[in-house]
Amino acid sequence: MEFEKKDHDALCIGPYPFHSRLLLGTGKFPDFEVQQQAVEVSGTEILTFAVRRMNVSDPNQPNFLERLDLGRYTLLPNTAGAANAEEAVRIARLAKASGLCDMIKVEVIGDSKTLLPDPIETFKACEILLEEGFIVLPYISDDVVLARRLEELGVHAVMPGASPIGSGLGILNQHSLSLIIEQANVPVIIDAGIGTPGDAALAMELGADGVLLNTAVSGASDPVRMAEAMKLAVLAGRYGYLAGRIPRKRHATASSPLDNIPI
Amino acid sequence: MHVIVNGDKLDLPEQIEHIHRLLSHLSLENRIVVVEHNGSIVPKDAYEELRLSDGDRIEIVQFVGGG
Repeated sequence: MEFEKKDHDALCIGPYPFHSRLLLGTGKFPDFEVQQQAVEVSGTEILTFAVRRMNVSDPNQPNFLERLDLGRYTLLPNTAGAANAEEAVRIARLAKASGLCDMIKVEVIGDSKTLLPDPIETFKACEILLEEGFIVLPYISDDVVLARRLEELGVHAVMPGASPIGSGLGILNQHSLSLIIEQANVPVIIDAGIGTPGDAALAMELGADGVLLNTAVSGASDPVRMAEAMKLAVLAGRYGYLAGRIPRKRHATASSPLDNIPI
Repeated sequence: MHVIVNGDKLDLPEQIEHIHRLLSHLSLENRIVVVEHNGSIVPKDAYEELRLSDGDRIEIVQFVGGG
Protein backbone atom coordinates (compact mmCIF):
# COMPACT_ATOMS: atom_id res chain seq x y z
CA MET A 1 0.00 0.00 0.00
CA GLU A 2 1.27 3.39 -0.96
CA PHE A 3 1.00 5.05 2.42
CA GLU A 4 3.24 2.45 4.01
CA LYS A 5 6.13 3.60 1.85
CA LYS A 6 5.93 7.01 3.46
CA ASP A 7 6.51 5.48 6.87
CA HIS A 8 10.17 6.14 7.51
CA ASP A 9 9.83 6.75 11.19
CA ALA A 10 11.57 3.88 12.86
CA LEU A 11 10.98 2.38 16.28
CA CYS A 12 14.37 2.01 17.97
CA ILE A 13 14.69 -0.46 20.83
CA GLY A 14 18.22 -0.44 22.18
CA PRO A 15 20.44 -0.70 19.10
CA TYR A 16 17.74 -2.16 16.86
CA PRO A 17 15.58 -0.11 14.45
CA PHE A 18 12.21 -1.47 13.33
CA HIS A 19 9.79 -0.24 10.70
CA SER A 20 6.78 -2.06 12.06
CA ARG A 21 5.32 -0.89 15.35
CA LEU A 22 3.26 -4.01 15.83
CA LEU A 23 4.84 -6.70 17.98
CA LEU A 24 3.10 -10.05 17.73
CA GLY A 25 2.83 -12.89 20.23
CA THR A 26 2.96 -16.45 18.96
CA GLY A 27 0.73 -18.28 21.44
CA LYS A 28 -2.56 -20.08 20.94
CA PHE A 29 -2.90 -19.97 17.15
CA PRO A 30 -5.23 -22.65 15.73
CA ASP A 31 -2.44 -24.14 13.59
CA PHE A 32 0.94 -23.33 12.10
CA GLU A 33 -0.42 -22.51 8.64
CA VAL A 34 -2.77 -19.86 9.98
CA GLN A 35 -0.04 -18.58 12.27
CA GLN A 36 2.47 -18.29 9.46
CA GLN A 37 0.00 -16.35 7.31
CA ALA A 38 -0.99 -14.11 10.21
CA VAL A 39 2.63 -13.30 10.99
CA GLU A 40 3.27 -12.57 7.33
CA VAL A 41 0.34 -10.18 6.78
CA SER A 42 0.83 -8.46 10.15
CA GLY A 43 4.07 -7.02 8.83
CA THR A 44 5.59 -7.52 12.28
CA GLU A 45 9.34 -7.70 12.75
CA ILE A 46 9.31 -8.71 16.41
CA LEU A 47 7.83 -11.99 17.63
CA THR A 48 7.50 -13.04 21.23
CA PHE A 49 8.05 -16.59 22.44
CA ALA A 50 7.99 -18.48 25.72
CA VAL A 51 10.74 -20.80 26.99
CA ARG A 52 9.57 -24.24 28.02
CA ARG A 53 10.85 -27.73 28.66
CA MET A 54 11.17 -29.81 25.53
CA ASN A 55 9.00 -32.92 25.43
CA VAL A 56 11.89 -35.32 24.98
CA SER A 57 9.63 -38.32 24.52
CA ASP A 58 8.23 -36.73 21.34
CA PRO A 59 11.23 -35.12 19.62
CA ASN A 60 9.45 -34.81 16.28
CA GLN A 61 6.82 -32.46 17.64
CA PRO A 62 6.71 -29.51 15.23
CA ASN A 63 7.92 -26.15 16.47
CA PHE A 64 6.80 -22.81 15.03
CA LEU A 65 10.09 -21.03 15.57
CA GLU A 66 11.95 -23.67 13.58
CA ARG A 67 9.68 -22.98 10.58
CA LEU A 68 10.46 -19.26 10.61
CA ASP A 69 12.93 -17.43 8.43
CA LEU A 70 14.92 -16.16 11.40
CA GLY A 71 16.69 -13.59 9.23
CA ARG A 72 13.41 -11.69 8.94
CA TYR A 73 12.36 -11.53 12.57
CA THR A 74 13.80 -10.38 15.85
CA LEU A 75 12.89 -12.72 18.68
CA LEU A 76 11.59 -11.30 21.92
CA PRO A 77 11.41 -14.23 24.33
CA ASN A 78 9.44 -13.67 27.51
CA THR A 79 10.02 -14.85 31.05
CA ALA A 80 6.42 -16.00 31.44
CA GLY A 81 6.12 -18.69 34.07
CA ALA A 82 8.43 -16.82 36.44
CA ALA A 83 6.96 -15.84 39.79
CA ASN A 84 10.04 -14.00 41.03
CA ALA A 85 13.17 -12.23 39.81
CA GLU A 86 15.39 -15.28 40.18
CA GLU A 87 13.16 -17.40 37.97
CA ALA A 88 12.85 -14.63 35.40
CA VAL A 89 16.63 -14.23 35.22
CA ARG A 90 17.06 -17.97 34.77
CA ILE A 91 14.57 -18.07 31.89
CA ALA A 92 16.17 -15.01 30.30
CA ARG A 93 19.62 -16.61 30.43
CA LEU A 94 18.26 -19.79 28.84
CA ALA A 95 16.70 -17.75 26.05
CA LYS A 96 19.89 -15.82 25.37
CA ALA A 97 21.97 -19.01 25.40
CA SER A 98 20.12 -20.05 22.23
CA GLY A 99 22.34 -17.53 20.50
CA LEU A 100 19.29 -16.24 18.64
CA CYS A 101 18.46 -13.12 20.63
CA ASP A 102 19.52 -10.71 23.33
CA MET A 103 16.19 -8.96 23.90
CA ILE A 104 14.01 -10.13 26.77
CA LYS A 105 10.46 -9.33 27.78
CA VAL A 106 10.61 -9.41 31.56
CA GLU A 107 7.30 -10.84 32.71
CA VAL A 108 6.96 -11.73 36.37
CA ILE A 109 3.39 -12.52 37.26
CA GLY A 110 2.36 -11.55 40.77
CA ASP A 111 -1.26 -12.67 40.78
CA SER A 112 -2.64 -15.80 39.16
CA LYS A 113 -6.18 -14.49 38.73
CA THR A 114 -5.42 -11.20 36.99
CA LEU A 115 -1.95 -12.16 35.68
CA LEU A 116 -0.85 -8.69 36.72
CA PRO A 117 2.90 -8.22 36.96
CA ASP A 118 4.81 -8.08 40.24
CA PRO A 119 6.49 -4.65 40.16
CA ILE A 120 9.14 -5.39 42.79
CA GLU A 121 10.32 -8.68 41.31
CA THR A 122 10.14 -7.18 37.81
CA PHE A 123 12.39 -4.32 38.89
CA LYS A 124 14.91 -6.70 40.52
CA ALA A 125 15.01 -8.92 37.43
CA CYS A 126 15.55 -5.91 35.15
CA GLU A 127 18.44 -4.72 37.31
CA ILE A 128 20.26 -8.05 37.00
CA LEU A 129 19.53 -8.53 33.31
CA LEU A 130 20.73 -5.02 32.44
CA GLU A 131 24.01 -5.74 34.20
CA GLU A 132 24.32 -8.87 32.09
CA GLY A 133 23.91 -6.92 28.86
CA PHE A 134 20.39 -7.87 27.86
CA ILE A 135 18.10 -5.53 25.92
CA VAL A 136 15.40 -5.34 28.56
CA LEU A 137 11.69 -4.71 27.96
CA PRO A 138 9.66 -5.10 31.15
CA TYR A 139 5.94 -5.83 31.07
CA ILE A 140 4.40 -3.63 33.78
CA SER A 141 1.09 -2.30 35.02
CA ASP A 142 0.06 1.21 33.96
CA ASP A 143 2.11 2.61 36.85
CA VAL A 144 3.59 6.00 36.03
CA VAL A 145 6.21 5.99 38.79
CA LEU A 146 7.33 2.43 38.15
CA ALA A 147 7.76 3.23 34.46
CA ARG A 148 9.97 6.19 35.37
CA ARG A 149 11.99 4.20 37.90
CA LEU A 150 12.61 1.45 35.34
CA GLU A 151 13.67 4.00 32.76
CA GLU A 152 16.10 5.48 35.30
CA LEU A 153 17.40 1.97 35.89
CA GLY A 154 18.22 1.76 32.19
CA VAL A 155 15.58 -0.46 30.56
CA HIS A 156 15.35 -0.15 26.78
CA ALA A 157 11.55 0.16 26.64
CA VAL A 158 8.63 -0.05 29.05
CA MET A 159 5.60 -2.15 28.25
CA PRO A 160 2.55 -1.15 30.30
CA GLY A 161 -0.55 -3.28 29.91
CA ALA A 162 -3.79 -1.88 28.50
CA SER A 163 -5.76 -4.38 30.62
CA PRO A 164 -5.13 -7.91 31.94
CA ILE A 165 -3.41 -10.39 29.61
CA GLY A 166 -5.77 -12.07 27.18
CA SER A 167 -8.79 -10.15 28.53
CA GLY A 168 -9.50 -8.16 25.37
CA LEU A 169 -10.81 -5.35 27.58
CA GLY A 170 -8.84 -2.73 25.69
CA ILE A 171 -7.39 0.38 27.29
CA LEU A 172 -8.76 0.68 30.83
CA ASN A 173 -6.74 3.67 31.97
CA GLN A 174 -6.03 5.97 29.08
CA HIS A 175 -4.93 8.72 31.43
CA SER A 176 -2.17 6.68 33.10
CA LEU A 177 -0.89 5.42 29.77
CA SER A 178 -0.80 9.00 28.46
CA LEU A 179 1.21 10.10 31.49
CA ILE A 180 3.68 7.24 30.99
CA ILE A 181 4.03 8.15 27.31
CA GLU A 182 4.41 11.85 28.10
CA GLN A 183 7.29 11.36 30.54
CA ALA A 184 9.13 8.53 28.79
CA ASN A 185 12.42 8.88 26.95
CA VAL A 186 12.44 5.21 25.99
CA PRO A 187 9.84 3.53 23.77
CA VAL A 188 6.49 2.80 25.40
CA ILE A 189 4.91 -0.35 24.01
CA ILE A 190 1.35 -1.08 25.04
CA ASP A 191 1.34 -4.76 25.89
CA ALA A 192 -1.62 -6.97 26.85
CA GLY A 193 -5.36 -6.55 26.90
CA ILE A 194 -5.83 -5.23 23.37
CA GLY A 195 -9.08 -6.62 21.94
CA THR A 196 -9.79 -4.81 18.71
CA PRO A 197 -8.06 -2.79 16.00
CA GLY A 198 -9.72 0.25 17.60
CA ASP A 199 -7.87 -0.43 20.85
CA ALA A 200 -4.56 -0.71 19.00
CA ALA A 201 -5.22 2.48 17.04
CA LEU A 202 -6.15 4.35 20.23
CA ALA A 203 -2.92 3.23 21.92
CA MET A 204 -0.95 4.60 18.99
CA GLU A 205 -3.01 7.81 18.87
CA LEU A 206 -2.09 8.39 22.50
CA GLY A 207 1.52 8.42 21.37
CA ALA A 208 2.60 4.88 22.20
CA ASP A 209 5.64 3.76 20.24
CA GLY A 210 4.27 0.31 19.59
CA VAL A 211 1.67 -2.29 20.48
CA LEU A 212 2.29 -5.88 21.51
CA LEU A 213 -0.65 -8.22 21.19
CA ASN A 214 -1.33 -11.90 20.80
CA THR A 215 -4.78 -13.22 21.74
CA ALA A 216 -6.58 -10.45 19.85
CA VAL A 217 -5.18 -12.03 16.68
CA SER A 218 -4.70 -15.70 17.56
CA GLY A 219 -8.15 -15.93 19.18
CA ALA A 220 -10.04 -14.06 16.45
CA SER A 221 -12.44 -16.02 14.23
CA ASP A 222 -10.17 -15.18 11.30
CA PRO A 223 -6.69 -14.60 12.72
CA VAL A 224 -5.14 -13.76 9.36
CA ARG A 225 -7.63 -11.00 8.62
CA MET A 226 -7.33 -9.70 12.18
CA ALA A 227 -3.54 -9.63 11.84
CA GLU A 228 -3.90 -7.38 8.81
CA ALA A 229 -6.49 -5.25 10.59
CA MET A 230 -4.05 -4.76 13.48
CA LYS A 231 -1.27 -3.79 11.12
CA LEU A 232 -3.47 -1.13 9.55
CA ALA A 233 -4.78 0.03 12.92
CA VAL A 234 -1.28 0.53 14.31
CA LEU A 235 -0.32 2.50 11.20
CA ALA A 236 -3.53 4.55 11.30
CA GLY A 237 -3.04 5.35 14.97
CA ARG A 238 0.59 6.27 14.41
CA TYR A 239 -0.25 8.56 11.51
CA GLY A 240 -3.07 10.11 13.50
CA TYR A 241 -0.68 10.82 16.35
CA LEU A 242 1.97 12.29 14.06
CA ALA A 243 -0.65 14.39 12.27
CA GLY A 244 -1.82 15.93 15.56
CA ARG A 245 -5.44 15.71 16.55
CA ILE A 246 -7.74 18.72 16.84
CA PRO A 247 -8.49 19.97 20.34
CA ARG A 248 -11.69 18.79 21.97
CA LYS A 249 -14.32 21.56 22.23
CA ARG A 250 -17.46 21.62 24.29
CA HIS A 251 -19.58 23.06 21.47
CA ALA A 252 -19.91 22.75 17.71
CA THR A 253 -17.80 24.63 15.16
CA ALA A 254 -19.31 24.74 11.68
CA SER A 255 -17.25 23.27 8.85
CA SER A 256 -19.19 25.19 6.17
CA PRO A 257 -19.02 29.03 5.73
CA LEU A 258 -21.49 30.89 7.89
CA ASP A 259 -22.03 33.74 5.39
CA ASN A 260 -23.47 33.96 1.83
CA ILE A 261 -26.02 31.32 2.63
CA PRO A 262 -28.55 31.45 -0.31
CA ILE A 263 -31.57 31.90 1.90
CA MET B 1 24.11 -44.59 34.02
CA HIS B 2 20.93 -42.71 34.70
CA VAL B 3 20.32 -38.97 34.47
CA ILE B 4 17.27 -36.82 35.16
CA VAL B 5 16.08 -35.16 31.96
CA ASN B 6 13.36 -32.53 32.35
CA GLY B 7 12.38 -34.06 35.65
CA ASP B 8 12.18 -37.67 34.43
CA LYS B 9 14.71 -40.40 35.12
CA LEU B 10 16.39 -41.66 31.96
CA ASP B 11 18.60 -44.73 31.67
CA LEU B 12 21.39 -44.15 29.19
CA PRO B 13 23.46 -46.65 27.24
CA GLU B 14 27.08 -46.61 28.41
CA GLN B 15 28.51 -44.99 25.29
CA ILE B 16 26.58 -41.78 25.93
CA GLU B 17 29.06 -39.76 27.91
CA HIS B 18 28.63 -36.22 26.62
CA ILE B 19 25.84 -33.72 26.02
CA HIS B 20 26.06 -33.94 22.23
CA ARG B 21 25.63 -37.72 22.40
CA LEU B 22 22.66 -37.31 24.72
CA LEU B 23 21.04 -34.89 22.27
CA SER B 24 21.50 -37.26 19.33
CA HIS B 25 20.26 -40.16 21.48
CA LEU B 26 17.08 -38.12 22.02
CA SER B 27 16.94 -37.17 18.28
CA LEU B 28 17.38 -33.50 19.21
CA GLU B 29 20.71 -32.81 17.52
CA ASN B 30 19.14 -30.60 14.84
CA ARG B 31 16.60 -28.84 17.02
CA ILE B 32 16.83 -25.35 18.49
CA VAL B 33 17.29 -26.19 22.17
CA VAL B 34 19.20 -24.92 25.17
CA VAL B 35 20.65 -27.30 27.72
CA GLU B 36 21.14 -26.82 31.43
CA HIS B 37 23.39 -29.20 33.36
CA ASN B 38 22.94 -29.31 37.14
CA GLY B 39 21.56 -25.78 37.06
CA SER B 40 24.21 -24.27 34.76
CA ILE B 41 23.63 -23.42 31.13
CA VAL B 42 25.85 -25.44 28.80
CA PRO B 43 27.34 -23.33 25.98
CA LYS B 44 26.98 -25.04 22.61
CA ASP B 45 30.73 -25.31 22.19
CA ALA B 46 30.91 -27.35 25.38
CA TYR B 47 28.47 -30.04 24.19
CA GLU B 48 31.30 -32.35 23.15
CA GLU B 49 33.39 -31.81 26.25
CA LEU B 50 30.96 -31.85 29.13
CA ARG B 51 31.02 -35.33 30.59
CA LEU B 52 27.82 -36.69 32.12
CA SER B 53 27.78 -38.32 35.54
CA ASP B 54 25.31 -40.60 37.21
CA GLY B 55 22.39 -38.65 38.66
CA ASP B 56 23.03 -35.45 36.70
CA ARG B 57 20.05 -33.16 36.26
CA ILE B 58 19.59 -32.05 32.66
CA GLU B 59 17.07 -29.51 31.44
CA ILE B 60 16.43 -29.24 27.72
CA VAL B 61 14.31 -26.25 26.77
CA GLN B 62 12.97 -24.80 23.56
CA PHE B 63 11.04 -21.75 22.35
CA VAL B 64 7.30 -22.28 22.18
CA GLY B 65 4.42 -20.01 21.27
CA GLY B 66 3.81 -17.28 23.85
CA GLY B 67 2.83 -13.66 24.18
